[in-house]
Amino acid sequence: MPVMSYIQAVTTALREEMHRDEKVFVLGEDVGKKGGVFRATDGLYDEFGEHRVLDTPLAESAIAGVGIGAAMYGMRPVAEMQFADFIMPAVNQIISEAAKMRYRSNNDWDAPITIRAPYGGGVHGALYHSQSVESIFANQPGLKIVIPSTPYDVKGLLKAAIRDNDPVLFFEHKRAYRLLKGEVPEDDYVLPIGKADVKREGSDITIITYGLCVHFALQAAEKLAEEGIDAHILDLRTIYPLDQEAIIEAAKKTGKVLLITEDNKEGSIIGEVAAIIAENCLFDLDAPIQRLAGPDIPAMPYAPTMEKYFMVNPDKVEKAMRDLAEF
Amino acid sequence: MASEKINMPQLGESVTEGTISTWLVSVGDKVNKYDPIAEVLTDKVNAEVPSSFTGVIKELVADEGETIAVGDLMCYIETEGGASEDTSERDAEPKEESINEKEVSADQSMKKRYSPAVLRMAQENDIDLSEVNGTGRGGRITRKDIEKVIKTGEMPKPASSEETAAPKAAGSVSSASKQAPVKQQETQAGDIEIPVTGVRKIIAENMVRSKQEIPHAWMTVEADVTDLVSYRNQVKNEFKQKEGFSLTFFAFFVKAVAQGLKEFPQLNSTWAGDKIIQRKDINLSIAVAKDQELYVPVIKHADEKSIKGIARDIYELAMKARSGKLTADDMRGGTFTVNNTGSFGSIHSMGVINHPQAAILQVESIVKRPVIINDMFAARDMVNLSLSLDHRILDGLVCGQFLARVKELLENTNQDNTNVY
Repeated sequence: MPVMSYIQAVTTALREEMHRDEKVFVLGEDVGKKGGVFRATDGLYDEFGEHRVLDTPLAESAIAGVGIGAAMYGMRPVAEMQFADFIMPAVNQIISEAAKMRYRSNNDWDAPITIRAPYGGGVHGALYHSQSVESIFANQPGLKIVIPSTPYDVKGLLKAAIRDNDPVLFFEHKRAYRLLKGEVPEDDYVLPIGKADVKREGSDITIITYGLCVHFALQAAEKLAEEGIDAHILDLRTIYPLDQEAIIEAAKKTGKVLLITEDNKEGSIIGEVAAIIAENCLFDLDAPIQRLAGPDIPAMPYAPTMEKYFMVNPDKVEKAMRDLAEF
Repeated sequence: MASEKINMPQLGESVTEGTISTWLVSVGDKVNKYDPIAEVLTDKVNAEVPSSFTGVIKELVADEGETIAVGDLMCYIETEGGASEDTSERDAEPKEESINEKEVSADQSMKKRYSPAVLRMAQENDIDLSEVNGTGRGGRITRKDIEKVIKTGEMPKPASSEETAAPKAAGSVSSASKQAPVKQQETQAGDIEIPVTGVRKIIAENMVRSKQEIPHAWMTVEADVTDLVSYRNQVKNEFKQKEGFSLTFFAFFVKAVAQGLKEFPQLNSTWAGDKIIQRKDINLSIAVAKDQELYVPVIKHADEKSIKGIARDIYELAMKARSGKLTADDMRGGTFTVNNTGSFGSIHSMGVINHPQAAILQVESIVKRPVIINDMFAARDMVNLSLSLDHRILDGLVCGQFLARVKELLENTNQDNTNVY
């Protein structure tokens, strides 16, 4: 099985889907000739040509809007926001149009668009290149939000997103692009959207998280295993709508739950996860539900020390996990 | 001179590692701050890594062609200036941690803070949490601790009878320490709710304690008291006239029981956990009902009294009970109870032992019945004597002997050999 990086898995999924279905096309800023600022679409322009790999003007509202229109017309567009931070001008298109298309047209129309966007910090990207924006979209029924944590999940879930008949936001952690490597099967597999995945079995504490933080939790768990602390790690994978069943099962397993996100703490996805656990698991809980998240500060700072303070990292995760285990 | 590290810098927003293509310096070279020291290749950019310090290259840790993560060590450089403070700081930290750990383990402040999971599991498995060791912070009992207890099967149960059966001063009435949890009962329109207070409450507590602590066993004998009845009927009017109070059947029974206890002191005793206390005095408690209340005053030294003396005690104690004048002294010191259930018409009953005594005798109603004597029917006055016994103290044999003796005494009570005085 070939080992590839997180971003190679993105490219592979795109290439395979474009081969499989000629309705699939890519559009975004610099995705064509340059192959994307992160090289996620590297080689696709040469392989599929300018009509299926479209360089767009620097206008996110148009990227989303054109994509939605094409999707309604029967195409399968994969729109790239160069950074998740830049998605803001496209919010109206995504929430007001894409999310509601099927519902307001009573199933006459749909918008099977995939919107990819690199999110997350820890790369000295500062204010406009580091944000986690998922919670903005995470109470919009009609949208699905996928945030994979491994190259294997990237390929399977991006294919699922492209084939999904409704709009899917696909957030990729930009630090994971070249940090995470893993085995990715060559065959054409699809992973289910809306299903969380147990990344590590354990009996002492339960960690529920997503994205790059899964990786941090796994690292910390290996370290803590030497101290006899056995962590159970659930990767949400789809953060909207949430896999309630898996969340409840994971929480009940140990009764001690730590929720982790890189996003600002208040109003983040994990608050909703905490609510699901509180509603369903009271008599299985052995400790207050804990949250580890970014501080409630407007944006990721640039200064390395400040960025370090803001970002979740393996040390912080390890400390929070140990603290909960000892409770 | 101080040794500083040069680490792989962040060379692009998604770049997490770099490959050293060429070292531009060798060990021993003097470099200035910002001088390029190596060429690094990433999949996004090719870049030169500048030196972060001015000094002399001491050691190249990474080889050419090696890929190292951002933030990892590339080389050491010897700089001029103050000594590095890193090492001294690091040494101090672990010590503080170990001290903290000790403090935590001695702290038991969280011992009685139970999480919902722990409470639920303790209830489901009937575990006494005060007996469980907590391994959590502040001595808190964790879910895992309970799971372990259940798994090993060493479940501390809630306090059982053995604990509360500790000896109490004979006859002292203290409210029962443990009461079974009472289920909330629904009431419907028209139902009357009577609050449980005062004597009713104490009766309830004593009965519960007696039934919870004492393993009861029962035994009944039948006595032919035809002669006793005819004797008593013969003298009762004269007696009443002379003495001013009634000569009841009950007095004859109490007298016989006192005599029986003298001969079988095993029944005149108290359970005291690791021993049985046999009482020297024979003080007989008798049950006296008044409205909704039940009193158990005591006929002291019943074995030393005549039938008349006992009849007087019964009369006086009953009068006192009905007028609410019983003193604590009247109620104290009972060693055995005789209960006149016959006065209600009862012909058989199973009494609850008057804690902490060893037994209680129910004297049932005297009933005229056909009985076969010498293969012929005869009309006889029959009475049942029902004994409840503490099976920890007493067994069937001694109780049977006792009852047989009381029966014998009663059947031989007649005008020829008995004097009420």
